[in-house]
Amino acid sequence: MKVLVPVKRVVDYNVKVRVKSDGSGVDIANVKMSMNPFDEIAMEEATRLKEAGKVTEVVAVTCGVTQAQETLRTAMAIGADRGVLVETTPEIEPLAVAKVLKALADKEQPQLIILGKQAIDDDSNQTGQMLAALLGWPQATFASKVVLEDGKVTVTREVDGGLETVALSLPAIVTTDLRLNEPRYVTLPNIMKAKKKPLETVKPEDLGVDVAPRLKTIKVAEPAKRSAGIKVPDVATLVQKLRTEAKVI
Amino acid sequence: MVALVIAEHDNAALKGVTLNTVTAASQCGGEVHVLVAGAGCGAVAEQAAKIAGVSKVLVADAPHFADGLAENVAEQILAVAGAYSHILAPASAFGKNVLPRVAAKLDVAQISEITKVDSPDTFERPIYAGNAIATVQSTDNVKVITVRGTGFDAAAAEGGSAAVENVSAVADSGKSSFVGRELAKSDRPELTGAKIVVSGGRGMGSGENFKLLEPLADKLGAAMGASRAAVDAGYVPNDWQVGQTGKIVAPTLYIAVGISGAIQHLAGMKDSKTIVAINKDPEAPIFSVADYGIVGDLFEVVPALVKELG
Repeated sequence: MKVLVPVKRVVDYNVKVRVKSDGSGVDIANVKMSMNPFDEIAMEEATRLKEAGKVTEVVAVTCGVTQAQETLRTAMAIGADRGVLVETTPEIEPLAVAKVLKALADKEQPQLIILGKQAIDDDSNQTGQMLAALLGWPQATFASKVVLEDGKVTVTREVDGGLETVALSLPAIVTTDLRLNEPRYVTLPNIMKAKKKPLETVKPEDLGVDVAPRLKTIKVAEPAKRSAGIKVPDVATLVQKLRTEAKVI
Repeated sequence: MVALVIAEHDNAALKGVTLNTVTAASQCGGEVHVLVAGAGCGAVAEQAAKIAGVSKVLVADAPHFADGLAENVAEQILAVAGAYSHILAPASAFGKNVLPRVAAKLDVAQISEITKVDSPDTFERPIYAGNAIATVQSTDNVKVITVRGTGFDAAAAEGGSAAVENVSAVADSGKSSFVGRELAKSDRPELTGAKIVVSGGRGMGSGENFKLLEPLADKLGAAMGASRAAVDAGYVPNDWQVGQTGKIVAPTLYIAVGISGAIQHLAGMKDSKTIVAINKDPEAPIFSVADYGIVGDLFEVVPALVKELG
């Protein structure tokens, strides 16, 4: 069984981004870029399924600029057998990504596609669900446990107020939540091995996909700043302030 | 222009966040209809019909809608979508799961987690964990939107008298099935809708120590939350997590205990009206957003606070 794992190159989660002064976007020049953390979890899960003998091949795919090859190399260092870069502008929208992935899935015929539930740059949380709809496949989003057996996948999902379990026929889509697994540290030997793995580059046109944006970003602004308040010396002062000043209790 | 709101419910009662979504829908400029897809969900439809500002309620009642499976609910939305200029759902686990399927099938972009409606085609939404706010305009003919509940007031639950209309249910997709659900049983208010939230972080030190916060939450009628660090450490269940990838809350009072204040946590609570921070580290970033801070050992401060509240 083949598994496809789409990954995204994003601003590293430790970087505090700055809004450009002309309001056109966020300044990502010269900031550290990494694999989206949820995609790392997806990559780890696919690798574990392969190590458990349930999966024969893991293919990592990304949409983005040439440098996104680095993200694919990281994916291959975790455990992907090969990588596919679909060269696009960095601002590609989730719907366009889903269309690109559908075209690749039609070609590669995976039985399972595991994606991160959201990218930490645009926080959209759409691609997996959109891909499932375009392919006509069932989906299990926000996964905290994935069991692949007997031609189906049983997934425990994180939902508001607790957990929910669904069973899907294959092929299927799974999107990962934070606590599905803890991604391994990538070792130097594996990074070296990853350099030798096949990496293919294609363009959306080659796949017959229109990636034109549907949304126009009018502006990007700093959020309203919250100013620091005061430190109070003791709980008596705190309670008094909450009652008479803030009037919240 | 008519907007369709997808109701979130458990077949017995409407979830509060549906009311906030109705407010966002009414700001899109036209009539507001509500779709209730469920199993034996007549009571929910009646509730939806009473929401102020709603002019029609569509009900699709069938056994395979009982558990809100995305495949089935999305198909049902698509079956009625033709009449609408806007389709909105709460940006909850339910709405986030279902709505992108609808957008993809309609071949339109989805605008996720809006916090403001600027005009019927232009919306504001946070990106980068709320460190930037993007204003985006949709060029699609149908706007598919998830709504961050904390960005909009709740519509009045009473006062409306919408017509209720049954629509025929789509068939079961047969590709997914519901196995089970483990929901935490709690007498406390739900985290996302609570007026007061008491949250603990890594500074709590253990799951056992979270019991220290219970008397405080009891006294204030508060919901309990946690930082990602506390959840990752296994102190409390996953669904307590407040932050970029957890729950977004905006209560009138948020009390952060032993939480340092990583940007991902701040993303989930910085729209709270009043923030109180209790932390032994005076340099903790949480103090930069707190209205009132106490520097001290939480194991002394929290019991003292409970006592002071009387």
